[in-house]
Amino acid sequence: MATTKKYWKSTAQLDDSNEIVKNLEQNEFASPIPSDEFLGNDETMESSSTSRRDFLKYVGFSTAAASLAACEGPVIYSVPYVNQPEQIIPGMANYYATTIANGYDFASVLVKTREGRPIKIESNKDAMYRGHANARVHASVLSLYDNNRLKTPMIKGVESNWEEFDKQVANQLSSLNGKELVVLSQTFASPSVNKIFAQLKEKYSNVRVVTYDSVGEDAALAAFEARYGSRALADYDFTDAETIVSIGADFVGDWQGGGFDKGYAKSRVPKNGKMSQHIQYEANLSLSGSNADRRYPVTPTEQKNIIAALYSKIVGGGANVSLSDKVAKSVEQTAISLKRAGSKAVVLCGVPDQAAHQLTIAINEALRSTLVDTDSPIMTRQGNRKSVDTLVKDMSAGKVGAIFIAGVDPVYSYDDSDAFAKALEKVSLRVSFASSMNATAEKCNYVATTPHFLESWGDTEIKKGRVYLTQPTINPIFKTRQLQDTLLKWSGSSQSFKDFLKETSTAAGASWNQSLQDGFYKTSVVVNDSEAQVVREVISNSAALSAMASAKKPSGYELTLYTKTGLGDGAMANNPWLQELPDPITRTTWDNYVTISQADAEKVGVINENVANGALDGSYVTVTLDGVQRKLPALIQPGQAAGTIGIALGYGQTAAIQEEMQTGVNAYPFYKNGVAVQTVSVKDAGGTHEFACTQLQNTMMGRDIIRETDLETYRTVSKDNFNPMPEVSLNHVETPVTSPDVDLWESFDRSVGHHFNMSIDLNACTGCGACVIACHAENNVPVVGKTEVRKSRDMHWLRIDRYYSSEDSFKADEETKDNVDGLGMGDYLFGDGQGDGALSSFGRLENPSDNPQVAFQPVMCQHCNHAPCETVCPVAASSHGRQGQNHMAYNRCVGTRYCANNCPYKVRRFNWFLYNGNDEFDYHMNNDLGRMVINPDVTVRSRGVMEKCSLCMQMTQMTILEAKKDGRMIKDGEFATACSNACSNGAITFGDINDKESEIFKVKQQDRMYHLLEEVGTEPNVMYQVKVRNV
Amino acid sequence: MINRKLHFSAWQFMLAFVFVTLCSISVYGQDATTSDGEPAAPVEATSGGDAALGEALFKANCASCHKLYKKAVGPALFQVSQRHDREWLYSWIKNSAALIATGDAEAVAIYNEYNQSNMNAFPQLSNTDIDNIIAYTDTEKPVAASTTVDKSSSSVPSDSSVSNNIILGALAVVLLLLVVLLIVVNKTLKRFAEANGIQTEFEKEERTPIWKAFVQNQFLVLVTSVFLLLASAYFAYGALMSVGVDQGYAPVQPIHYSHRIHAGSNQIDCKYCHSSARESKHSGIPSLNVCMNCHKSIGEVADATYQEGIDEYGIDYNKEIQKLYAATGWDSDEQKFVGEESPVRWVRIHNLPDLAYFNHAQHVTAGKIACQTCHGPVEEMEVMYQYSPLTMGWCINCHRETNVDLQGNGYYEQIHKELSEARGGRQLTIADLGGLECGKCHY
Repeated sequence: MATTKKYWKSTAQLDDSNEIVKNLEQNEFASPIPSDEFLGNDETMESSSTSRRDFLKYVGFSTAAASLAACEGPVIYSVPYVNQPEQIIPGMANYYATTIANGYDFASVLVKTREGRPIKIESNKDAMYRGHANARVHASVLSLYDNNRLKTPMIKGVESNWEEFDKQVANQLSSLNGKELVVLSQTFASPSVNKIFAQLKEKYSNVRVVTYDSVGEDAALAAFEARYGSRALADYDFTDAETIVSIGADFVGDWQGGGFDKGYAKSRVPKNGKMSQHIQYEANLSLSGSNADRRYPVTPTEQKNIIAALYSKIVGGGANVSLSDKVAKSVEQTAISLKRAGSKAVVLCGVPDQAAHQLTIAINEALRSTLVDTDSPIMTRQGNRKSVDTLVKDMSAGKVGAIFIAGVDPVYSYDDSDAFAKALEKVSLRVSFASSMNATAEKCNYVATTPHFLESWGDTEIKKGRVYLTQPTINPIFKTRQLQDTLLKWSGSSQSFKDFLKETSTAAGASWNQSLQDGFYKTSVVVNDSEAQVVREVISNSAALSAMASAKKPSGYELTLYTKTGLGDGAMANNPWLQELPDPITRTTWDNYVTISQADAEKVGVINENVANGALDGSYVTVTLDGVQRKLPALIQPGQAAGTIGIALGYGQTAAIQEEMQTGVNAYPFYKNGVAVQTVSVKDAGGTHEFACTQLQNTMMGRDIIRETDLETYRTVSKDNFNPMPEVSLNHVETPVTSPDVDLWESFDRSVGHHFNMSIDLNACTGCGACVIACHAENNVPVVGKTEVRKSRDMHWLRIDRYYSSEDSFKADEETKDNVDGLGMGDYLFGDGQGDGALSSFGRLENPSDNPQVAFQPVMCQHCNHAPCETVCPVAASSHGRQGQNHMAYNRCVGTRYCANNCPYKVRRFNWFLYNGNDEFDYHMNNDLGRMVINPDVTVRSRGVMEKCSLCMQMTQMTILEAKKDGRMIKDGEFATACSNACSNGAITFGDINDKESEIFKVKQQDRMYHLLEEVGTEPNVMYQVKVRNV
Repeated sequence: MINRKLHFSAWQFMLAFVFVTLCSISVYGQDATTSDGEPAAPVEATSGGDAALGEALFKANCASCHKLYKKAVGPALFQVSQRHDREWLYSWIKNSAALIATGDAEAVAIYNEYNQSNMNAFPQLSNTDIDNIIAYTDTEKPVAASTTVDKSSSSVPSDSSVSNNIILGALAVVLLLLVVLLIVVNKTLKRFAEANGIQTEFEKEERTPIWKAFVQNQFLVLVTSVFLLLASAYFAYGALMSVGVDQGYAPVQPIHYSHRIHAGSNQIDCKYCHSSARESKHSGIPSLNVCMNCHKSIGEVADATYQEGIDEYGIDYNKEIQKLYAATGWDSDEQKFVGEESPVRWVRIHNLPDLAYFNHAQHVTAGKIACQTCHGPVEEMEVMYQYSPLTMGWCINCHRETNVDLQGNGYYEQIHKELSEARGGRQLTIADLGGLECGKCHY
């Protein structure tokens, strides 16, 4: 049947006289195809030496040649040792205990080596204290294989050798003419380094040692020193905590060096109906704030007031503090719970002010808190900003003849870096002890190239009385020499540092071999009296109180500088794993930015929007502080206190950093006098910045993804109330989805052998991201880069989802969802979107609240027993194992991606490109040095295949094999995955549920246990434990 | 054939008869000489002793450190009796340490020359034993001995090989004669027929040539072409499936290492050298220090082995041992590692693709599989080659068919009990234990 209907594509088509439409009707292509340019000129075609026949011949020949060449296999050589070291068995891993102490991160770790090369960092579970690695420490193994490391000592920017280097420096040192020799170093907290400095002082009489922390703790150190007499930091153990009040302290993150999350997580898991209560007052939304039971967004000034108010309520003193009603009420409640918890309570202070810290110490003493340990404090922050400032003055005045800069990069990280650089140039002998040509090394005439910590010896007194040893796990890859060896040599000793260290440790009463095996020794010998010159300042508590109580809100925005779990202070900025690790809160990679509240964003004119492919764009702002101006992108951060902004330190490095890794903006210029809180002005700067965010959905929109309840409900009512099993209707009878009656699938018999399950306790998970990096390292997960992340092509096998509540709490979200009535579409489309209908309500649920509750959820392949991915694979590349793991045979995969589409958890990752050996992805996998980190037990995937979490099949199989070799049963706790090993918080439990005595079996029986999207009926082998809040 | 065989065995029988008679005569002769020499034995003991008995003693006690004509761990012992006083030798051999302790100048000199390492004490040797050994050490190096010994020892077998050739030659002559005879008979018969007027050639009927008939029969053409197509498809498939399968791959190695001699003749256990096969996923090519465990004192192969190498394989085994010394930097004269080490670049024979995970320990230690199951008769291989196809089908087949030996392994006890109950008590294969699951080998 013919039709006269005319279909139109746009309204313009209705207008007959429209030129464009007419044109398009005649010509298929809007602009002419340039075929004439190629084919029109007969002359060139004829004169061309390649005829059509020739062309076909070439094609035929090259095809034939290529296929013939493919038939012959390559010759592979195998070169065994001439003398095989006794402890190396090719194919078996060795583990060594060592310690990272880079001035920012201090931890005792186990290093896994294969055939003599370190490939992974694990927590040293035997070290009772600081034996767990955070994300940066896990990633530090990749920095060992950094292509930008210096390979020889450098003299005036030219590669040299150590003989020449020593000769020249010795010459210069002998002609100091009484001028001062300054050692500007990171915090070593090392007994042996202190001894070496002492030897140096003997040899060159005029020596000054200045300790510098790029991110310092001057206020806390000064307050501790004023009260307890030593320059150190109090230690906290939250395991038995009942009430934790933090004022601006991100103690779950990197506050005072971090490492408190292990005890904290233990206190967060409800046991016998009890768990700790965590109250957080802060400006930026930090990891601690996200984990808190109650969080109050307050400005840094208000934080000071709150400390004063708490002090008056608990210690007394009756200060007159003006607080807003809401905050005042909360402080009252907080004081009550603190008093009730008594010795099981603690107050933490993150306000960079000595007075604030002094008051906090007084509060904790008044509470008689047993959680604070001041007898054996933490020694890992020794830096003194004032002495660095003095040094800069002295250098400018020409008083300094020589400077040794060890482990720090002040030209990058000092607030007035220009002044530092200028002053530095006045020193005639400038020696940098660095492993790469960083900004400071560039300004030095000598660079004594140092090895990575995995190639070095060392000792660190992390906590008073506990010395942790560093031992090399690989021969130095380059011609490097560590600081200690060099200084020993220059101070006239012929001893090697290894012998020196052995002597020091033995003198402190340690058994050398045993301590090396354990990674630490305990000592009562005072090994670490800091040599740094320190001016002790004492303020009276009443003066401190009045200062805190009278703090007035400044005009302008209050900036709080923070460090990210990824880059930290920026020392490992050239590490692609860390760059691609999403920030736990904003889920943004490869960037730093200004975090700003929604209200302030509207005031300044900042817009965040998702573009067509879902990626996030944001406006730029200019931040100004005393003439220092920086243009940064702004990210609207729910939970950011109004009137405040936050910027992460550690970004914006350019020296010795590969181009791809030169991300973000350097915020150290705002870090005036080492104080993290500053008053700045913020202005719209125009332009749009492209973020690379790995999570675009901010809320759960009332869905049942993370289950939450409060302690009261958990304690009093039955499981069905807070953790109900989803039901479906079978013949009009509600039936649980796990019932076999509603199951379409046949099940394997899994009663024999192992059946692996994993449990993730949402109460213990702090969102730190250590598991993500551990997974990267164990499973050879490639780094894809910022542009690819922006296209949602990140390859993380394990991601940590973060959800904001849309109302003030997730519970309120539930209520909103339950109260939705009718569709209410009209209101959504034409009204103001404020109606009660479903569409408008859900529309509102999309937006996070101004002060949302936050929940983290690590999601990896759920290893469903009834896996939707397996049934849709046309080539059976995805199949099921009886041990519960969902297998992925990469070489069978043809890349249809049906499985990823059919996966309800979205955990499958597609290899869009060849990531190894591809210069387009110039991270670690395309050079021989970087590839040394690859785990030889796991396939390096190629382009066009799907990949995903395997529940670390290689590790479980290895455990089984070891048991078979020994002819024994497997004990509970032997099975592990990379993530469960990395999680020192105990959030991830892994094991065999066929072993009825196992921890995982017990965990599975808990009331809090649920499966993600249980209603889908996939029967996952990964389970979650309901998050309980002690509100 | 039958005839030839019979013929052959008759020859053999004759030969055997001759051999046995000859042997019995020589044995009888030997008996005669010993019985004759016996009374002279004590005389010999003082002057030199019995070299034959000495040789046995030397091999049992001394050979691990001493050689006759060449320095090894200890000095070369040829004509040692001329260098030292006999009484001194007695006390030195019985307890050298005691002699050194007395401060004997000669003893101390030797002690110092050999890095102050003590020679084992042999208190169990009597003076007569020592005399016998000394008698053996005084035997001259048999210069042309190798060839003469070869000839004399191989005279009997060479006889048989010669006779084999003669038999074959004779047979050939007989066959030729028969052929000639047949032709002659044929010709003669034809001549007789012609002479008698009998027609021998018949005129042929006019017939269509067979190829034309074939072409005209379309059904036959169809069947043939289908058959040909199927056949070529079969062979093409076989050829394509063998791409990347390197069964039989036997590359030339930088050092000619004979598994036949080491694992076959000397019966060294595979896992003595490939020790990591017990514990690790790699069987491991042994590091050169493992070779030097033995080759420190084995600088040359036995003469017979040497000859065999030259004759059968064209390889000078002694030169190959020298290559090992060069790689490890071993100086056999100084008995020290002095030179540069230069690791050997072996050509890897068994190459699994990276996507497949294979663990030797799983098969060798847990599975108790003999190495030969996959690697073939290594003890017979002069040149190592890939015995098995190493394809996935080959792996899977074995996993399907092989029964698992679960006895005596604590890990399997419970699994075995439960599984055999579930499977009705039948023998379990690796497939029953999940050995066919993708993820067991691919991750």
